Amino acid sequence: MISLFLRDLKLSVRAGGGALIGVLFFLTVVAVVPFAVGPDLNLLSRIGPAILWIGALLASLLGLDRLFQAEREDGSLDLMLMQETPLVVTVLVKCLAHWTATGLPLVIASPVLGLFMNMSEIAIGATMLTLLVGTPAVTLIGAAGAAVAVTLPRGGLLVSILVLPLAIPVLIFGVSASYAAVEDPAPFLPPLMILLAITLFFAVIGPLAAALALRSASD
Amino acid sequence: MPIRLVVEGLSAQRGEDLIFHDISFVLSAGQAVVVTGPNGSGKSTLLRVLAGLLETLSGTVRLEGAPAEIGHPRELCHYLGHRNAMKRELTVTENLAFWKSFMGDSANGHGVGIEAAVEAVGLAGISHLPFGYLSAGQQRRMAMAKLLVAYRPIWLLDEPTAALDASADRLFAGLTTQHLAAGGIVVAATHQPLGVEAMELRMTGFASVGEELI
Repeated sequence: MISLFLRDLKLSVRAGGGALIGVLFFLTVVAVVPFAVGPDLNLLSRIGPAILWIGALLASLLGLDRLFQAEREDGSLDLMLMQETPLVVTVLVKCLAHWTATGLPLVIASPVLGLFMNMSEIAIGATMLTLLVGTPAVTLIGAAGAAVAVTLPRGGLLVSILVLPLAIPVLIFGVSASYAAVEDPAPFLPPLMILLAITLFFAVIGPLAAALALRSASD
Repeated sequence: MPIRLVVEGLSAQRGEDLIFHDISFVLSAGQAVVVTGPNGSGKSTLLRVLAGLLETLSGTVRLEGAPAEIGHPRELCHYLGHRNAMKRELTVTENLAFWKSFMGDSANGHGVGIEAAVEAVGLAGISHLPFGYLSAGQQRRMAMAKLLVAYRPIWLLDEPTAALDASADRLFAGLTTQHLAAGGIVVAATHQPLGVEAMELRMTGFASVGEELI
């Protein structure tokens, strides 16, 4: 299983792997917002956490459709389906590798982009923490979407449409926890805990659904 | 106890179309069957059904004498399909090392080392290259090396010798013979003679009965 994790990491940083494409997209989305909204620093710092979360959500959806499709195209998926190792475990490890390659760089890049949005140190820290807790959930939900669309040659948009409604709770609690850190009366911990619960919930449901979809999608 | 692959009354369909029905055969350790027939007669479908990648419509595939922890016969099978299941971006060594460690070995056998496997398919010295740099024939040979690095008693081979030259054909026949001599089972779909002693299962096409000729 460690070998699968390392292989997927290697593939994502080699040519055409697309680990950095997510970060570049994130950077682009966040960087154009100040130009569109105008140089109102108070407004920027107020909408900052929300913009960072929207950017990170869209960026982490970007490479998801290739999660199983690339394996299917070269025949690797057939062999993965045949092993004694439960398919759920294989899917979970692939999700972890995908998140490490595409989700973690977004978390690491978020403080720099927070500066673009004139966010305070506390707001930047809180947003980074919520992204760290919340983005794995997006990948885990996305795995189920990617598995459903695995046989469709241009399933990228379909995956996004399938995944976005399920990712809305992640967005709501991620953003509300980030705001709670800077706005005084609202408590920070409860929304963060719910976000963590959502991630753990999808760590079970996501791979299970994806494994079922992959089994029935074989042709 | 040596294993036996027992196929009874197997039928499969794709979409609404019945591809084949009522195919039965028994393979003991050391036996091979070559599946022949015109294009579209269901050779690949039969192999994918045996590999557990397609649902059966009726009939059973089972193993006799397999360890109790084996849930489905596919767990003791190697499947070499039309596609090589190797990543173009990774080197040959990285690809083989991944499959060796990911697949592991079945009971009662162990795979050979990566260098030994590459040597066995006659391509020693180029295993440091990315898989995508190799020619189609070399890629196919490296996909065969994958059969050697992780031990499975049953090999399901779909057109194994497509894109191979005559010397590779002979080399592959040698590998198959070795595998059979060690108590393996081979099911191969092919148009060319495989070069090993085998039974023939002739698929006659649309919804027809496969008959076994010895």
